[in-house]
This record gives sequence, C-alpha cells and structure tokens, in this order.
Amino acid sequence: MNWNLFVTELVAGITHGSVYALIALGYSMVYGILKLLNFAHGDIYMVGAFIGFGIVTVFGGAESLSVNVWVLLLVMFLCAMLGGGLLGVLIERFAYRRLRNAPRIAPLITALGVSFFLENAALLLLGGQFQSYDSYGWKGGELWTRGFTLPAGVHVGVAQVIVVAGAVLLMILLTVFVQRTQLGKAMRATSFDREAAAMMGIDVDRVIVATFFIGSALAGAAGVFNGLAYQQVWPYMGFQAGLYAFIAAVVGGIGNLPGAVVGGLVIGLAQSFSIGYISSTFSDAIVFLVLIAVLILRPTGVLGRAAVQKV
Amino acid sequence: MDGDDRDIPPIPASPAEAHAPRVGVDEWVASVAERREGYSGVLGRARSELERVPRPVFYAAFGVAAALLPAITSDGYIVRVGFDTLLYMLLALGLNITVGYAGLLDLGYVAFYGFGAYGYAMLASPKFGIHWNTLAIVPVVVIATAILGLLVALPSRRLLGDYLAIVTLFFGQLFVAVYTNGERMSLFGLTRSHDVTGGPNGIPNVDNFNVFGGRIGSLQAYYYVALGVFLLVLLVVFLIDTSRTGRAWKSLREDPLAAELMGMPVNRLKLIAFAAGAAVAGLAGTLFAALNTAVFASDFDVPTLIIIYAILILGGAGSIGGVILGALVVNISLEVLRTPGHATWVFYVTILATLLMALRPWRVLALVLGGTVAFGYAAHAIVAAAWPRGVHGSPSVGGWFGSGLSGWELHPSNPRLIGNITFIALVLAVLALTLLSGWKRWAAMIPTLYLAGFVWENRLVVEPSITRLILVGVILIVLMNARPQGLLGTARVEIV
Repeated sequence: MNWNLFVTELVAGITHGSVYALIALGYSMVYGILKLLNFAHGDIYMVGAFIGFGIVTVFGGAESLSVNVWVLLLVMFLCAMLGGGLLGVLIERFAYRRLRNAPRIAPLITALGVSFFLENAALLLLGGQFQSYDSYGWKGGELWTRGFTLPAGVHVGVAQVIVVAGAVLLMILLTVFVQRTQLGKAMRATSFDREAAAMMGIDVDRVIVATFFIGSALAGAAGVFNGLAYQQVWPYMGFQAGLYAFIAAVVGGIGNLPGAVVGGLVIGLAQSFSIGYISSTFSDAIVFLVLIAVLILRPTGVLGRAAVQKV
Repeated sequence: MDGDDRDIPPIPASPAEAHAPRVGVDEWVASVAERREGYSGVLGRARSELERVPRPVFYAAFGVAAALLPAITSDGYIVRVGFDTLLYMLLALGLNITVGYAGLLDLGYVAFYGFGAYGYAMLASPKFGIHWNTLAIVPVVVIATAILGLLVALPSRRLLGDYLAIVTLFFGQLFVAVYTNGERMSLFGLTRSHDVTGGPNGIPNVDNFNVFGGRIGSLQAYYYVALGVFLLVLLVVFLIDTSRTGRAWKSLREDPLAAELMGMPVNRLKLIAFAAGAAVAGLAGTLFAALNTAVFASDFDVPTLIIIYAILILGGAGSIGGVILGALVVNISLEVLRTPGHATWVFYVTILATLLMALRPWRVLALVLGGTVAFGYAAHAIVAAAWPRGVHGSPSVGGWFGSGLSGWELHPSNPRLIGNITFIALVLAVLALTLLSGWKRWAAMIPTLYLAGFVWENRLVVEPSITRLILVGVILIVLMNARPQGLLGTARVEIV
C-alpha cells in the first residue's frame, strides 16, 4: 500500500473538511432556528475570502508584506468575520425577515436570489479572474516551509495546521457559547420551539440576528482559511463550497452542531480520497453517492435525531 | 382572521327550509371569493371581468398571436428570440408541474433539460455515427428523462421538501461536472476510457430534426415546431391541472400530511410530478439541441436554472398564464439588456412606470420626479464647476434623451472605481429606503433615484451580461418579499 498517498489525502481531507465544517456550522445554526436553507451562506464565505484577499493587498501584497505574518492573520480573521457577520445580518434583516411566516418555498427562492445577486455583484465589483492569496510567498514562505513531517514522509505546513487548529478553536468557542451563555441558551430554546420561546420572554428577533451574525462570521473565517490553504479566490467559489458544506450539514444531521463537524470531515475525506484513488472527475459523484446513502439509511443524518412531526 | 367577522347566515324563511338537507353546500367552499385578495378601482373591475373569460380562450389567443409573429417580421433575430422565449415557456411549464402544482422544489431541473439535449445530440450526430429518425429519438429521450427524474426523486421521496432541494441541486451540479469532464470516461477506472460527452467542447454537428426524410432546417420552421410542442404540452398540462391528479397535487402542495390522511398516495404523486416535469424538460432539450446543432454542458448550469425560476415566480407558480407572461417579460427584457442603448431606455421607463404605479398621491409623485430632475441638474452644475473630469464622458443613448441626460447625469472619465463604490452605496440606500416611511421615504427617494441613474450609466450598462444576472437575482428577492404569488397568481387569504 502506498502510505504516502494515503497520508497526503488524509491531511488534505481533514484540511478541506475543517473548512466545510465551519461553513456547515452556519448552515446548521440557521436551519435549526429558522428551518431555512440559506443558499446565500456559501456566498458569505466567498465575501470573507475576498475580504482576506483585500487585507493582503492593503498590507503590500503577498511578495512584500509590510507586517508580521501573525499580525496579518489576526487582522484578516477579524475583518473577514466582522464583514461576513454584518453581511449575514443585513441579508436576514432585508431579505428573510418579512418571509418568516410565509410558505416554505418563498424564503428558499429568496435565498437563491440573494445568492445569485451576491455572486454577480462580486463579479461586477471584483472581476471574473481568479485571485491568489499566494501564502507561499508571505515573508519567504514561512507558513509552508516550517511545519512538521508525518510518518510516510508527508510534510504538513504551518498554514494547514492553522486551518485545522483555527477551525477546532472556533468550534470549541461556539460550543461553549451555545452551551454556557444566556444567549446560547436562548438560541437553543428558539431552535427547539420558536413560539414557546417567544412566550417565555425571549427576544426571538435578537436571537435570530445573533445566529445569523455568528454563523456568517464562521463562514467568513472559513473563506480566509480556504484562501490560506488553497490560495485561489473568485466570485463563484461560494456556490460549490456552499453546496458541499450543505451536504456536510445534511450528512451530519442538519440543525445539529456536532453533526455539522462530523459531516464536514466525512465530506472532506470522501472528496479527497476519491480524488486520490478514483478520479478527480468523479469526486462529485462519490460525494453524491455518500449523500444518497446517508439519506436512505439514516434520513436524519449521522448524528441527527429522528424528528417527530407534530400536527 | 376572526370567525366573527363573517356574515351570519340569514335566518331561514320557514322552518321547512331550515331543516332541508343542504347537500353539496359547504360554507367554506361557498366563501371561496372571500378567501381571495379583493380587487378595487377600475383596474380591479376589469380584472375580475377578465377572470370570467374561460382560460382556454386566452391560450388560444396567445397561440394565434404567436403564430403570426414570423408572418409579421422576417427579421431572423426576432424569430430567434421568439423561439428562445417559447423554449423558456416550455421549460417553465414543466417546472410548473413540479414546483407550482406539487410544491416540490426541484433545483436540478436544468440537468433534465441538459440530459434531453445531450440525449438528442448523441442519437443524432456524427459523435457515435448514429442518425436516428427524430420521431424515434424524441419519445426515447423523453421517456429516458422521465426515468432519470424518477431515479433522482426516489431516494428523497420520503424526505422533507428541503432535503429534496439539496439532493436535486447537487444532482444538477453533478450533471454539469460529469458532462464537462466526460471526454475520458471509464467505469471507475476499470475499463478503457471513452469519450462520451465531448467534454468542454460539447457535441458539435448535431442533426436538425428529420421527419421521414424531410429535414427541418429553417428558423421559421423551428419556431412553429416549438410553438406546436408548447401548445400541445400546454393542453396536456391544462387537462392534468383540472383532473383528479392535478387536484391531488395541489392538496399535496398545501398540506402533505392532510393529503396523506385523506388517503392520497403521496409518494406516488410526488414521483409522478417529478417525472412529468423532467419529461417536459427533456423534450425542451431536444428542441434546443436540434436548432443549435451543438450542445455544451455549460448551457445547463445554475444561471439557466435561476432564469427559469425567475420566469415561474414572476408569473406566479401554479398558473399557466403566469408562465407565458413570465417568459415573455423575463426573456425579452434579458434580450433587450444586451444592447446598451435599448437597455437604458428600458431602465428609465421601468423606473418611471414603477413610480407611477407605486406613488400616491399625485402631488408626491410630481414632487419626487421634479425633485430628482432638479437634484440631478444641480449636482451636475456643482460637479462641473468643482471637478470638470466628473462630467467628461457621454451617456449610452443618443438623441434628445441622451442630450438631456448628458446635462443631468455625471459621467466621470474613469467610471470603474467610482461606479463600484456607488453600486454598493446604491444597494445600501435602497435597503435603507425600505426602513423609512412617510415623507422621509419620499425625500430619500430623490437622491436614491439619482444614484441609481448614475450607477446604471457608469457601471451597469457597461457590463450587460453581469447586469442581466444581477437583475434576475433582484427580481427573485423583491418579488418574493413584495408579491410572493407572482403577477398572475391570486393571494390566498387564510381563514382558519
């Protein structure tokens, strides 16, 4: 057995999976509370990636950075998370709020419209060409030359470590927030039963805004992580990534936060192993088969609980 | 709504009448008119009169009008746009079955369209050296597409609508990915690779329609074929709509659980709706392939899907007339947007028309319009004095309208950056406008309108292909928020 290939794909799968998991968390949070598939979520990820790219450009571009790499990373994450979060709140306020009690199909189509609008607005503002973070060139490539070597001779760069560790850190923070804080408790209550939560004196609007802000901030961070590890950003990147994250959320059990993480890793690994062992053309098909298999065998997802439909 | 608001039934004139069995009279059914949005004014009365005309009369009128188009004009471009519009109508009609009647959100619909187009191309091109008779290909392709639709719907039939949306959306992406990379296909690496779909180059040199040795080559002929096919499918859909299955679909859409309790075979109904929609898309695909004589996977990607949805939503999901109107409005406006000169006219006329309809009373309308014009000339004068380069360019239309615009609107010599910034400002301004009310909204409307004109002239009109897509996205958002039932749909007022 070729261990080098196996470990390479494992690392790639975990890195990709962490990015998917972060996006999937936002999907799952919004779905848990509003029962809305927010198609625009992937495009918030794209906007986050472009904000990160903009910060690199502001600090002198990849080849001639004027600041320390760690300062740059910090600024990138803060700006991308803030920008993504605000965009998410704007979208909720102006596109979804009026449709909260509309038939299910209306907010879904609105979400498609928002996604389409964001993609093409980005195309108008930023142009259709691929841009590159070029993190290999930052300060002589210290994010990639440094790192450690796994068994079977696979080198893991600091950039990849940052992606995985950063994603894990954000997930831990999110879990603590949802489990331990007042607002997190309100979020869980709202997700369980919105009307009952409102009757108990929870400000549902505030909870929903907070959910959108946090979920979208995670997507913004995921955009920067993706740029850091895979360099390229372009206006249509959000659709594909959003779709994968979506499937991750469904595979793990939509509305279930640990499920989103598990689903992200499953999809990331399925994708990278099918690229490595079968064919890059059909990695989409393999992921589709995973999705179909999960939906047939466990329609509520790997970690989801069976929902009892009440009338 | 309160039950108390309704009229109390009249007291029966005699006791005998009161005890007479009232078979088939149900208060809920009888109050159908009350459950609709009321109409008012002259337009409202005209509308309720129009509603009394049987629907098929409208469809026949549309058929006659459409049939006359190639006779009126010999311009190939117009006939071509007519053909495309008919194709979109056909596609929207198929999607109407799945989304409008059965309420299943099928986001992989374009994949069936593409499957039909590729199916025709594979069976009638030098690609595999197969040249079947069209009358043999079309049924085969349509049935194959319907079966594909069944296969896609099968694993998700028991799931909530949202899961269906995900599965189908991903299926659509999968279709594009497989067909763009299908030039080296092998069965999981086990067999030699074959070129199946031509990859990004698609399949060229597809045969025209060929019926009993007679080749259909001219654009006019295709237009009539498309019209005939559309009217045929329209007839079928109309008959299904009023049939037992059609009613079952609608009850499924309104309340799946209640439908199931009434003993309807919910799963089977969903599958039939899905397969029927797919079959219509496959049929449209064969038409597309035969006229264009080439197919590319990129034609069947998300933008096409969104345009079909925009058509369906604009007209009103579940309404056949809405499909016709939606396709006319959306496709013709997207065509017009290709030429900057025409597009600018349409832009200003649309804004004016929207203001005319939305602003009441007339004083406010006059104030806003006059204010916008005055604001523009004032801004132009100030900028021309302070920063001459701000009025350097010229408008995208000529004639008296263009010369009027050139004194009103700013045209910086390098509009790209400032256009981008003002585009974002415009989006934020429009969002802010929805928060204001009363005179503040009218006052804020003046600079917003001017800003819209500025962004249009300096940025949007320069990039027609992107602007079209942005506008489609805006249509979906605005329509869903303002009038979710579409132009021809009727808003249901729920009385519980």
